[in-house]
Formats: sequence, structure tokens, C-alpha cells
Amino acid sequence: MSGTLLFNALREAIDEEMARDSHVCVMGEDVGQYGGSYKVTKGLFEKYGELRVLDTPIAENSFTGMAVGAAMTGLRPIVEGMNMGFLLLAFNQISNNMGMLRYTSGGNYKIPTVVRGPGGVGRQLGAEHSQRLEAYFHAVPGIKIVACSTPTNAKGLMKAAIRDDNPVLFFEHVLLYNLSEELPKGDYVCSLDQADLVKEGKDVTILTYSRMRHHCLKALETLESNGVDVELIDLISLKPFDMDTIARSIRKTHRVVIVEECMKTGGIGAELIALITEQCFDDLDARPVRLSSQDIPTPYNGKLENLTIIQPHQIVDVVNRIVQKGI
Amino acid sequence: MTTALNQSEHAERLSSLVSAMPAEIDREIGLDLFRDMTLGRRFEDKCAEMYYRGKMFGFVHLYNGQEAVSTGVICAMKRKHDWFCSTYRDHVHALSAGVPAREVMSELFGKETGCSKGRGGSMHLFSQEHHLLGGYAFIGEGIPVALGAAFSSRYKRDALGDERSDAVTAAFFGDGTCNNGQFFECLNMAQLWKLPIIFVVENNKWAIGMAHDRATSDPEIWRKASAFGMAGEEVDGMDVLAVRGATLRALERARSGEGPTLIECLTYRYRGHSLADPDELREAEEKEFWAKKDPLKKLEKDLTDKKLASQDELRKIEKEIDLEVQDSVEFAIEANEPDQDELTKYIWADD
Ligand SMILES: Cc1ncc(C[n+]2csc(CCOP(=O)(O)OP(=O)(O)O)c2C)c(N)n1
Ligand SMILES: [Mg+2]
Repeated sequence: MSGTLLFNALREAIDEEMARDSHVCVMGEDVGQYGGSYKVTKGLFEKYGELRVLDTPIAENSFTGMAVGAAMTGLRPIVEGMNMGFLLLAFNQISNNMGMLRYTSGGNYKIPTVVRGPGGVGRQLGAEHSQRLEAYFHAVPGIKIVACSTPTNAKGLMKAAIRDDNPVLFFEHVLLYNLSEELPKGDYVCSLDQADLVKEGKDVTILTYSRMRHHCLKALETLESNGVDVELIDLISLKPFDMDTIARSIRKTHRVVIVEECMKTGGIGAELIALITEQCFDDLDARPVRLSSQDIPTPYNGKLENLTIIQPHQIVDVVNRIVQKGI
Repeated sequence: MTTALNQSEHAERLSSLVSAMPAEIDREIGLDLFRDMTLGRRFEDKCAEMYYRGKMFGFVHLYNGQEAVSTGVICAMKRKHDWFCSTYRDHVHALSAGVPAREVMSELFGKETGCSKGRGGSMHLFSQEHHLLGGYAFIGEGIPVALGAAFSSRYKRDALGDERSDAVTAAFFGDGTCNNGQFFECLNMAQLWKLPIIFVVENNKWAIGMAHDRATSDPEIWRKASAFGMAGEEVDGMDVLAVRGATLRALERARSGEGPTLIECLTYRYRGHSLADPDELREAEEKEFWAKKDPLKKLEKDLTDKKLASQDELRKIEKEIDLEVQDSVEFAIEANEPDQDELTKYIWADD
């Protein structure tokens, strides 16, 4: 089998874009000589040199701000958060400067940057290394947020993110790096703001993203054998949401379940449900349901950790209930 | 009482500064410097007037007293080529960088003709045309941005092979900001990568109501450069020629690939922290000491002593500047507000 691992798909995307445009550069902790903590930038330092693949000191807020300044003056930096959680230390630069500066400057500057890295709940990494910052960053104006979930969309979305003139927060998932898949040939670029209709169906719409896409696919196996026909949509773009695709699906199924790995309070699903209620209320035959992580710091203990995030059997239960009883 | 002690310490530092190798100037440069400083002073005075007349709103931080720093640094650099990064106290940096007074004033009035299209306000002046990287309202956050501009210069030269890429970035910030992590992080990176940047500390001794000595373990900020192996220099920030001299030395270092410099300018703000500050903490004798050091008067004396200009000429320049400032106000009053249909314009790159 000649599949490509997800982290290599990302590397291919970055490599191709760096070859295509010499203004594209990478900066972050251990991205150069070490090749990145998840090897997404392996080999690029040797190929492009130490300025284009810059090993930075451990100074998240400052090197993220540096990327902003570099972008304002003509470069197209890709910032790696060694773990997306560390970008809490860069929150100010991401919010005030990456996100807001173009507007505050009255259109004087563009900030073509990509901030990427591993996030999500891994295997017993402890609370601080298991964060889902997409929800924390969701309210920041002026940034696009995407989450990849397969080697193919990882590659196509990364290339699109690098070419986009806006700042893009690009979420990868620690547990998906080793997924393998045959990649499309050639210059494969996805649309950054388009949801992925993973499977068509007529009974209920499931909206999900990142690793939960795969939990949903697992649940679908059981649901299908029970005769439930699910429409599965991978949101891909967490900001802005592809409301066209979402609304079209709800008009067809009249039921929606959101499956997410972020915490429930102030989560991605919270905003999504608000929008669905505003825009699709008359199409709904059942109240929308959210399956989210518990509102707690992710515990270290493996059993507790599993209880913290949604598992496939919970998706099966809720979808069965909603389809049978219309709760 | 600590403040009294501190105040004399700060003044003493200035008084005992060894002559900081002031820049040599000719008549033309001398008049340019005078014009730029006068514009800074008169513009800010006009802002105070307009603020109290209800023409501008929000937090407005004036620069009176510190003019020798903006002029000394920026006029020694190449406009529209080098880059400038400021803070919330940014009007005068913008003017020195060449942003027209009309654009700055109408920004403060919230008009569409403002350099940030009325979306930024006093603390967020931007001009790509004039290489003004911005006014930044959070302390310290502009320093990394400036570092990024300096990185671009080096990148374009060394990674893209553009030999003409020799732009230097000047980052301005205050004494209080030097206790923030971004200051230290960026000094480290600048020196590590030998980036063409000048860190200009405007040590006006106060961070709102926090006296410098009460906030920092070693009040001599310029010495912090040595912890990073960086060149550091302490300058009389009330003497535009001294600031210019230090800047020229830093520029030479930066353009020849030797990297960054930290310049600490000892200066003072003549007004409260912002126009909303009652300014009750600073003592009269401290203010008097610094009032006698007025940077405009100092330059005037230098120019007339050296027979580079006459009093009459300087008075004539002041009159011209007053007209320019008045014109900026009239322009701002007449200018249109932003179109309300364009409320969400400029969020994304393609609009
Ligand atoms: C991150 C952040 N914290 C607090 C403030 C509030 N604040 C505004 S100016 C200031 C003092 C800064 O003093 P200094 O760096 O000496 O500059 P100066 O105002 O004297 O020019 C403070 C605390 C801020 N703007 N940003
Ligand atoms: Mg100060």
C-alpha cells in the first residue's frame, strides 16, 4: 500500500508551497533541525535553510508577534505551535494583532499567516497537553479556523491556508497524525470554507470535526446496521461555518446532532446551535443535540479520560433515540 | 519618601551623562529637525484643545516633552524605506514618519480620511505607505511585530538574495514596558539572529503612576542589553542631536549586519499619562527640573549658537507649522465619517 501518513501529507503541502513561493517560511520551536515535534517539518531545514525554517526560542507570544510583523512586511509565515495549548501564551498576538490588526489599520495591512499544530485529547497526555483551543479562539474576529481530519484534506487545506491572505488557525489532532491514505495527485488544494459531506443520508444530520469524524464513522457502522441513514458532515471550517451545506442538510433530515471534542460550555457546538436555531428553526423536527466533552480539565487516568470525551456508543445511543423518539 | 529620592536619581542620571557624541548637522538638517519637533509639539497641543472641546474621544496619550526622541530617531532614518513601530503614544511617531498631519488628525476625529480610516483611533495609527507598523495599545505587543519587520529585511537579503534589502526597524516603547517579557524575548531573538532593529526606550520615568525605580530591579535599562551581548547606549533624550548621534551609530551597526542596538533615552512627558489622567503623583520640583530641559529650546539654542539659523527664521517656521496644524483640524472637521454600510469592511483580506 502506498498511502501517505497525515503528518507527511502536511509536510508535502508545506514543502510544495515553500518551493512555489519563496516568501513562505516556517517558524517555531524545534521546527528546524529537530524536524518538528510530530515531524511535520522534517527535512525542510536541510532543504530550505535556517532562515526559511527558523528554530525559535521558547517564546510563544513573541515569535507569534514576529510572524505578524513579518507578514505585514511581505512574508508568509507558518507558525508551529509545538502543541496548540502553548499558544495560550500567544493569545494576545493572535487576537489583537493577527485577528484584529487589518481592521484596526483600516485595511493598511494584510496578515497572511498560518498558525498550525497538534491539539485535541491524546492518550493520557494530561490536562495541559489535551486542550482544544479552537473554542477559545472562536470569538476572535478576522481569523479563519480550520480543522483537518484525513491525510487528503490535511494536504489540501494546508496548501489553501498558506495561499490565503488571511490569518488561518489550522488545527491538527495528535491522534490522527498516523492515519494513512492515498493522496490525490498533483497540486491538490481544498477550499478553506467548505464543509465535507462525508456521507449522504436522510434521517439525521451529524455535524462534527477533527478526530470525532472517525468516532462518528465508527458509530455509523452500528447505526447503518440498525437501518438508520445518517448524513455525516465534517465541518472542516470552524470559522466561518459553511452554513449553506449545513442548512441544506437540515432541510433534508430535519434533525441535527453535533459531535465535538471541545468542552460543552462556550464550545464550537454552542455557536453552531445558536446559528442553526436562528437560521433553520422551521426545518427542525427535533431539538438539536450536542455531544461534547465534559466541562473539566482532561484527567490523566485512562478510564476517566475516556469518560471525558464522547465515545462512539454514545453517538449511537443519541442518534437512535432522536430518530426513534424524536426527543 | 521613595518618589522624591527616585526623582533626583533620574535627574542625576541625566545631569551626569557624559557627552553622548551628538550628531553633527548642517543648516538644512537642523531646520528639518526643528520643523519636525515643532510639528510634534504643536500638533499635540492642538489635540488637547480638541479633546477638551469634545472633538476626539477615548484615551489620548500626548507626547509633549519627548519630541527629541521621535525626531532624533526617525529623521535619522530613511522614510518609506525603514520601518517604524510605536505604542499608544503614537501621534508624533506617525508625523515624524511622514504621515500627513491631516491623516493623523482626521483619524483622531474618527473620519474616513484618517490613516486608519477612522477604525483605529488615537492608539492605532497605521500607514503602510509610510512604513508605520502601527500604534499598539497593549504595552509590549508592538516589539515582536517590529522584530518581524526586521526579520523580513534579513530574510529578503539572505534567503531571497535581495542585496538592496537593508531596511532597519525602529521599535519605540516606554520604561514600564521594559519589565514585560516580550521586551526580553525580543532582545534575545534580535541579538541571536543579528536583526536590523533599534530598540528605542523612551524612559520618561513613569508608567502611568508607577515610578520607574519602583518597578524595576536595575533602573538603567540600557545595561540590560549587555545580558544579551547587545550594544546598549544611554542618551539624553531631551537633546535631539544626542539621540540622532546614537541612532546613526545604531543604523550603521544594523545596516552592516552587526545587528540590534538598545538605546535608552532619558526623557520626560510634560503632560499626564493620558488626557484622562489627573497627574497628581508627580511633584512640582520634578516637573520644573524637566521643564528647564525642554528639547525644543535646547535645539533652538544649538541652532542659534552655531549660527545655523536665526530666531526670526525659527519663529517663521513655528507660524508655518501652526497653519499646518490648523489646516489639519479644518480638514478633519470637514471630512466624512466612514460609510455605515462599510462597518464590516477590512475584516478579511479581500475587502
Ligand atoms: C498589556 C497592558 N497592560 C496594561 C496596560 C495599561 N497601561 C497603559 S500605558 C501603561 C504604562 C506604560 O508605561 P511606559 O511603558 O513607561 O510608557 P509611557 O506611557 O510612559 O510612554 C499601562 C500600565 C496596557 N496598555 N497594556
Ligand atoms: Mg514611561
